[in-house]
Amino acid sequence: MAVLERTYKRYEGRLSPEWSRFLIIPRHAYVDVFRSKLFTAFFALSFLYPLLCSILIYLHHNSNILGIKGLNVQQLLPIDASFFKFYVVFQGITGFFLMMLVGPQQVSRDLTNNGLPLYLCRPFSRSEYVVGKMSIVIILLSAITWAPGLLLFLFQGYLEGWSWFAENIWMASAIFIGSLTWILVLALLSQTISAWVRWRVAARAALLGIFFIPTAFAEIVNEVFLTRWGHILDLRALFANVWAGLFGLFVRQTGEFQEVRNGRVIREVIMNEPPLWASWFALFLICALCLWLLSRKVKAYEVVK
Amino acid sequence: MDNALQKTPEPIPEVAVLPRAPELVAAAPVIDLDGLSVTFGGRPILRELRGELRGRAIGLLGPSGAGKTTLMHTLLGFHSPSSGTAHIFGRDIRSDAKQIRTQIGYMPERDSFIANMSCVHFVRLMAELSGLPSEAALERAHEALFYVGLGEARYRKVGTYSLGMKQLAKLAQAIVHGPRLIFLDEPTNGLDPPARQRMIELIRQIRDSGKAHILLSSHLLRDVEECCEEILILKEGRLVVYCNLEEERKANKKFLMLETRGDQKTFAASLSTLGCEYAVTGEHRLKVILQEGTEIRDLYRLASAAEMQIRRLTFKRDSLEDIFLKAMENGHGGS
Repeated sequence: MAVLERTYKRYEGRLSPEWSRFLIIPRHAYVDVFRSKLFTAFFALSFLYPLLCSILIYLHHNSNILGIKGLNVQQLLPIDASFFKFYVVFQGITGFFLMMLVGPQQVSRDLTNNGLPLYLCRPFSRSEYVVGKMSIVIILLSAITWAPGLLLFLFQGYLEGWSWFAENIWMASAIFIGSLTWILVLALLSQTISAWVRWRVAARAALLGIFFIPTAFAEIVNEVFLTRWGHILDLRALFANVWAGLFGLFVRQTGEFQEVRNGRVIREVIMNEPPLWASWFALFLICALCLWLLSRKVKAYEVVK
Repeated sequence: MDNALQKTPEPIPEVAVLPRAPELVAAAPVIDLDGLSVTFGGRPILRELRGELRGRAIGLLGPSGAGKTTLMHTLLGFHSPSSGTAHIFGRDIRSDAKQIRTQIGYMPERDSFIANMSCVHFVRLMAELSGLPSEAALERAHEALFYVGLGEARYRKVGTYSLGMKQLAKLAQAIVHGPRLIFLDEPTNGLDPPARQRMIELIRQIRDSGKAHILLSSHLLRDVEECCEEILILKEGRLVVYCNLEEERKANKKFLMLETRGDQKTFAASLSTLGCEYAVTGEHRLKVILQEGTEIRDLYRLASAAEMQIRRLTFKRDSLEDIFLKAMENGHGGS
């Protein structure tokens, strides 16, 4: 078909599969995102820690290098659940900053110029739109979190042998589920804030605020009510519990408070951390709230009251 | 009864169905409204709309708040009907909204674009979302932009476009996937006369290509008159007039205004012998509706016999404005 053929004509060719259309959104978004040198550099740097981890794993199993340096790396830094948990936490935080660069403008730019009707007047549903926008963050963060994490696990399993691999396969699922939960919550939060806060700088500030302000609020609740249940409001504490639970490191800490007057204990309070299921439930509620807020904004038309 | 037509014309009924061209009656309906009602917060916005639209270009008229945009949005599946339904190319909007949308292009009334994208990138994205594979989408995006006249500016960001260019970009994204039905909501809004003319020209070209039907919503009667062959007038959510403009124009050719000198009464009486309806509108003025088979020379013959002069004879056509105003006066909108 020539470019200069200036007539209206119908399209009679083949169509792309319906299930794959949500991927059009991230594909086009990445064209914009990777145009930024800052972002590209940061994305490349995100692979440094997985690279370092792979070197550490290699050092663990290379007796020549261990002999030359006279170091016992196996005792210094064992490759166990804590090692992989720290990997998930570190890459999760890196992913958070990556999401801060990409996420806040994704929905807002469509809402600002009333672009949503153009998406939704096509064979493209609201849920496909939301999934498409979320997958911008999900694909990017997957590339730096669980995907290299599983490669590290496989590398360690390969060097350590089949018995280690079979015994510790649960760690692979912990890496995957722990990272994916984090990514999903980040993707939902960033899209929700993007839909409600159209100014990019304010949206980024709001995202930061969501991770830090509730921590302070949770501490106030804990102090005032003499409890540890305030942590249920703290997103960082929730993820700390969830990750620890997945890697088998969760310990339900107990605190004690005693009010002493004239040398006598007049009041004694035992403060228990919320159980693990409460952290999962709180995360579920946060996701549900985000979806509800998104559904209020992602519409083909504006509701005028 | 000198000042009134002998046969008093019937008032326009609640839904006035005016004659349509026979070739259009034969075609399958593009849009079939089947008692379609839409309610927002308990307030009816569209009420029991019924009718079959078959024309190549259908004009949707009505004052602000009549429900034109809501009708388009409902047909696109943005709103759920509170009762009734509609069919587009035989598919039910309630159950087949997604399939229907593959065949529709939509140009919204308000500014709609993604500001920090080049126009070709924007139109390509829209084509891909309509289901076109990436390469075909890019090719058609270039073609659509050349077609609407934005070929030279296609690599500029849409946010930097003038209002007229943004309208053309909206049209390009509406036609890029080659839909069978195109919804145009106020396409000439805010355009200067040359840009408006260009837009009207494009709409007519698409209509005349015979490859797509157009549903054009506008409050500018001239736009609709220039582009459409069928019109649908809404008032307060009700369909008050639905007619074929071409047929209307043909019918109006037989409506004459006469300026006379001489014995008008004898002439008027003799008009009855020809079966013509007439109304005396002044001392020397007559309105006449010619019957089938009656020629103008018959009038001159009668005038000669009545020793009366016909000083002036003009065809009076009901313009779209007349039809619209009549509909606004007679249509029973509201509850």
